[in-house]
Amino acid sequence: MRGSRLPISLIIGVVLVGLVVLAALVSIVWTPADPAHVDVAARFRGPGSGGALLGTDQLGRDEFSRVMAGARNTLLVGIVTVLIAIGVGVPLGGLAALRRGLVEDATMRAADVLLAFPALLLAIMFASVFNPSTLTAMAAIGIALVPVFARVVRGAGLQIMQQDFITVTRTYGAGTVWTFVRHVLPNVSSVLIVQATVAFAIAILAEAALSYLGLGTPPPTPSWGRMLSESQTLLDQAPLLAFWPGASIALAVLGFNLLGDGLRDLLDPKLIERVPAQG
Amino acid sequence: MAVQVVVRAAWLVVSLWLASVLVFAVVNILPGDVAAVILGTNATPQALDTLRHQLGLDQPAWLRYVQWLAGMLHGDFGTSVLSHADVGTLILQKLSVSGPLALASAAIAIVVALPLGVLAGTHYRNGLGALISGASLLGIAIPAFWAGLLLVTVFAIGLRLLPAGGFSDWSVDPGAALRSLVLPAVALGLVQAAVLTRYVRSAIIDVQREDFIRTARAKGLSRWQALRRHGFRFAAIPVVTILGVQLTGLLVGAIVIENVFVLPGLGRLLFQSVGNRDLLVVQDLVMLLTAVVLVVNFLVDLTYRLLDPRIRATA
Repeated sequence: MRGSRLPISLIIGVVLVGLVVLAALVSIVWTPADPAHVDVAARFRGPGSGGALLGTDQLGRDEFSRVMAGARNTLLVGIVTVLIAIGVGVPLGGLAALRRGLVEDATMRAADVLLAFPALLLAIMFASVFNPSTLTAMAAIGIALVPVFARVVRGAGLQIMQQDFITVTRTYGAGTVWTFVRHVLPNVSSVLIVQATVAFAIAILAEAALSYLGLGTPPPTPSWGRMLSESQTLLDQAPLLAFWPGASIALAVLGFNLLGDGLRDLLDPKLIERVPAQG
Repeated sequence: MAVQVVVRAAWLVVSLWLASVLVFAVVNILPGDVAAVILGTNATPQALDTLRHQLGLDQPAWLRYVQWLAGMLHGDFGTSVLSHADVGTLILQKLSVSGPLALASAAIAIVVALPLGVLAGTHYRNGLGALISGASLLGIAIPAFWAGLLLVTVFAIGLRLLPAGGFSDWSVDPGAALRSLVLPAVALGLVQAAVLTRYVRSAIIDVQREDFIRTARAKGLSRWQALRRHGFRFAAIPVVTILGVQLTGLLVGAIVIENVFVLPGLGRLLFQSVGNRDLLVVQDLVMLLTAVVLVVNFLVDLTYRLLDPRIRATA
């Protein structure tokens, strides 16, 4: 790495993502109160009163504990979604880069068409056929993100396949799959990491929208999107209940976007070369 | 150029066809018995058979696909199972809400993002640039439906200036109809503006590094003159490309925002049809939205070729 200065976006991104991960992990073993514990007498408490840091909701449940537990759901959706997208997208993109011609054309054309389907639209379609659940949401968002990874791997893969060292390994008799796994994948990994963080942010937003619409995570699992939809009818009584989950979504998405930006600055050799040119 | 347009148009037709296969496959061939879902677990086998017959589910899938496709090509979108309404008429009706909403949001996004993006791009090394850039990053992270809830809290519940939701038809009270669209359009438009600002900013930063701008400056033009005479047209290329992507965001955002504000538009129709298992309406709407995205991307592709003299020359 050049010099000791890390991109500021990377630092803020790591802090925000770190907070979400921390909240999610801690919530597995400990939350200030049971996020599912209903106590109607204690409902609509303001922040700080009765030991509830962010107050309580319409059923007297501790808002802070619910936000913490919601982080778990958000992270789970992000991780599974990105794994699906990478698991399907990377082999497809690799196939297109290695087997040129008809295979490449067909794969990339299919990717273009799939790219025209926004994640949310695909998820809504899935929810109309299956019963809506976190699983259908994750599957749909993951599939919608497949073309992003397929294209990145194909693009970078094509460039790498032109390199001399690939010709050399091929001369030594290396097979196609071996070449891909041993030489192409390591070289596209930095692009993949950047793309994965951005995909993570997209997945968080899409799942929140789905849960808000009631087509994502069903109750009783706390999810930020559904907390927002539950708060909507109470805006005149308890406007803050619509603030905390929304702010959590925004900070998580901001964190992953900044992390992606920062990693791109850090890993992209083209950009690093450009830095001195800016003076 | 003409040859390229024909090739692109041919790809558009192929893409539309592939999309129709995909939409039909997801809704019709994936496991899951629609009749069973509609009638619930207590349904008798006879009732299930009758409903399957009514829905045409006893016919082979390929036949239903061909009928659906042929109908759509003739402008016949079929009949809703639940409301028995003609889906084409239903969609046209809802467009009178979704159309103005999408246009107003796009207009807000462009009016806000172009000046801010240019400002952030020309001032990218100082505080003003950093401020706009930071604000747009935050804006991207805000879900449009949350922005909608915040706007309702302030302008509908707090200040009582605008309605929190609902819609009265254009023919009944045009003023009220317009007022109900203000908050949703602002919520959607501002979030889209944040995304667009980022792209305008980086396009302006990139163009300032081009040799032809340096030449223009060397000839004595000020930075602003050089940008106006030579830079903006060039910077417009990536921005126009991204407008296609933005449209997708706008359509999806509209689906959610219409549900926040209970607006009887296409998004609300889609959501209700999912809830009611009115699969033909879902299938038609998703196909229509996808077709809009594909066609706009095709048009963007053509515009992009017209804007860039170098691409035109090689064509």
